[in-house]
Amino acid sequence: MAQSSSSFEALLTSLAPQGRTALLPALHAAQETFGYISDQVAAQIGKALGVPLAEVFGVVEFYTLFHRHPVGEVLLHVCNDPACALAGADTVYKQIVFQTAESAAGEGVSTKVRVEKSPCLGLCDHAPAVLVQSLPVKASPAQTWQELVAATATRPLTYVDGDVRLLTALCGRHTTVRLDEYRRHEGYRALEQALQSPPEAVIEEVKASGLVGRGGAAFPTGIKWQSAAQAPGSPKYVVCNADEAEPGAFKDRVLMEDNPHAILEGMLIAAYAIGAAKGYIYIRGEYMLPYRVMQRAVEEAQAAGLLGERILGSDFCFEIEIRRGAGAYICGEETALFESIEGKRGFPRLKPPFPTTHGLFGKPTVINNVETLANVPLILRLGAEEYRRLGTPQSPGPKLFCLSGDVKRPGLYEVPLGVPLRHLIEDLGQGMRNDAPFQAALIGGAAGAFATPEHLDTPLSFEGLRAAGIPLGAGVVTVFDSTRDLRDPLYRLARFFAEESCGKCYPCQIGTQRQLEIMERVLEGRPLPGDWERLQDVGWTMTDASICGLGQTAASAILSAMKHWPELFQPAAERR
Amino acid sequence: MTANLVQFTLDGTPAQAPAGTTILKAAQQLGIAIPTICYHDYCTANALCRICVVEVKGARVLVPACTATVQDGMEIHTQSERVQRARRVILEMLYSTVDLSEAPEIEAMAAAYDVDCQRFPQAEPRRPPLIDDNPMYVRDYAKCILCWRCVQVCAEDAQYTYAINFKGRGYETQISTFYEVPMPESTCVFCGQCIGVCPTGALKFKRQYLLEIGYAIEEILQMTRSERGGRRRRAERSA
Repeated sequence: MAQSSSSFEALLTSLAPQGRTALLPALHAAQETFGYISDQVAAQIGKALGVPLAEVFGVVEFYTLFHRHPVGEVLLHVCNDPACALAGADTVYKQIVFQTAESAAGEGVSTKVRVEKSPCLGLCDHAPAVLVQSLPVKASPAQTWQELVAATATRPLTYVDGDVRLLTALCGRHTTVRLDEYRRHEGYRALEQALQSPPEAVIEEVKASGLVGRGGAAFPTGIKWQSAAQAPGSPKYVVCNADEAEPGAFKDRVLMEDNPHAILEGMLIAAYAIGAAKGYIYIRGEYMLPYRVMQRAVEEAQAAGLLGERILGSDFCFEIEIRRGAGAYICGEETALFESIEGKRGFPRLKPPFPTTHGLFGKPTVINNVETLANVPLILRLGAEEYRRLGTPQSPGPKLFCLSGDVKRPGLYEVPLGVPLRHLIEDLGQGMRNDAPFQAALIGGAAGAFATPEHLDTPLSFEGLRAAGIPLGAGVVTVFDSTRDLRDPLYRLARFFAEESCGKCYPCQIGTQRQLEIMERVLEGRPLPGDWERLQDVGWTMTDASICGLGQTAASAILSAMKHWPELFQPAAERR
Repeated sequence: MTANLVQFTLDGTPAQAPAGTTILKAAQQLGIAIPTICYHDYCTANALCRICVVEVKGARVLVPACTATVQDGMEIHTQSERVQRARRVILEMLYSTVDLSEAPEIEAMAAAYDVDCQRFPQAEPRRPPLIDDNPMYVRDYAKCILCWRCVQVCAEDAQYTYAINFKGRGYETQISTFYEVPMPESTCVFCGQCIGVCPTGALKFKRQYLLEIGYAIEEILQMTRSERGGRRRRAERSA
């Protein structure tokens, strides 16, 4: 990335032919070069890319990692969401603020260091999580900011285990798998196999596997591919959704950091199947390390002829471009993600039309989650029939679960779909961290719902959880012991949605704010008469009338808590 | 032509309309009024306000009538319990957010949907200060409901001027010029189209505004003249 203003200008010149789609890359370069995006630089970018200045401003304002004013030489982000709160994130934040304010009085460093509260950083197994200059560190409440800066040299390592190790066979070994090693472990063999059969056969195999999307919506992958393959229009695109930002989720981060080529191989097979020549990987802005790892993997693949022209001697050509998000949970919504790649504010589009016919740049597009794509080489290597031996008939295959919160051993666990929740928490996670017993688990992240002790034997499958009224989502399990006041995570989730709502449709734009205000009263034990009905009305209106999945799930956890623990929403004096 | 007609039911009545007709237009033709706020006949419909949502049998969530088109076999309910709840709550939330004193159409809707304008006590409203930075019009975003019409007519829906876009996001969203520069320093050509489509009086011609706050016509003419003079003097100075 650009280091000086002259190299920034050179970069801008090289981006100019791309036009508006290069807007986020240009703004990232400006932010890194100058520490902020001034009106002059924004105007320069707008002129170079042919974007109206007011719209450049609209984009700068939308993404929280872009700053209109200087932010200091050292920028720290402290996670503010439930799993890190359980581990003392508030203390870390206050400690750093106190320390910098105190030293500012003597040494004038206040302009040098800036600490911000951040939504989930995808480091829930290392709670409380901190990013220092976009790099992850494991924080403890006793650290100073100088110690945290020094700690970025080693990345926090995620504990990876499970009943099966297929997706994670090469994960959790504390190194990134390079291309040569990946190939020694049958890497890119599935691609070779795919290139020797017609695209329709590849799609049939994926359909036969029963794979459904692992990003949360659980749409059948093969049907999505088929629909894009059959859609008129060209070019077609494959997009890897690596905008992992669901509070409690870190599986895609681990897959990218540890075994990036499995994701590239999945994308290549998808591209061959639908007839795409260009792909994008959209990685959330907070994931600097995964971005670097994926960038290097793409370069390795290009050098080895696995990306580019005539791949593995076939007629198949495919290029991958990596894009960084810039701090917007909404961009994990597939159409908002397209808007972001196109250089716009991350507003979700109206559906229909769907991405398979009108996706990125209005063209037929397959967009799949990181974990979904990592399943693809596995399916082709094992064969659909063998793959289906894992899991349940309705939920075949392995699934990654991100376990965090009050368990002894938080980490990433790979299990066949259908194992009971109890197995994940008690056997794999080694049970509760403290002496206090299990109270609840938030399943599916902020957009999820609560499991109670009665749900411990519920199978972790799409149909099993659905029967219990809980979404499996992306596979997030955040555990709370009986000492925890659940109003705290509920309030944090309300704040998360109020901060992350894009503001496009009224139910979510206003509803997330009103929900937050009511939850603030609930947290303090002084709800007003009528707040219960207000929460229900706001929650159901968001669920029923919002444009996209963010608004439709913004009340999910709160409505679920109202069902399980209505007493939490009563005034403190009236409880018990 | 019948090949292009689709059959559906609207509030229980069998009906037909040409394929591609929105539910909103199909209902209008049948004499059923569906309320709208952000929708404008000459602007791109974005289904933002969600007041026009209707219940379609089999659909997981409510459907916006302004953009969804009628389909064969569709069973549409424009006044179901779910629809009424969503409309009422959206209106109550709007009242808790913006100043709707100059939005008579929304006031009429509030009466029709049994809206409690004080439903959300202690709610933080959006009350940015009035912006009076040019001789042509004032911007009182405390009245802005973010219908996007002004942004759209300033851009591809009409003028291709691109003077305004958004600041912030979520509840904090506001309409703004590039880095909040005063309107005369933006690309605004003062065509007035944004004022023409504003449904809540957030954008208002300066003379109307000055009349409303009690100035006499003579005073207003005097003021705007001197402001225009001031602008000319500034231009001469910077030349």
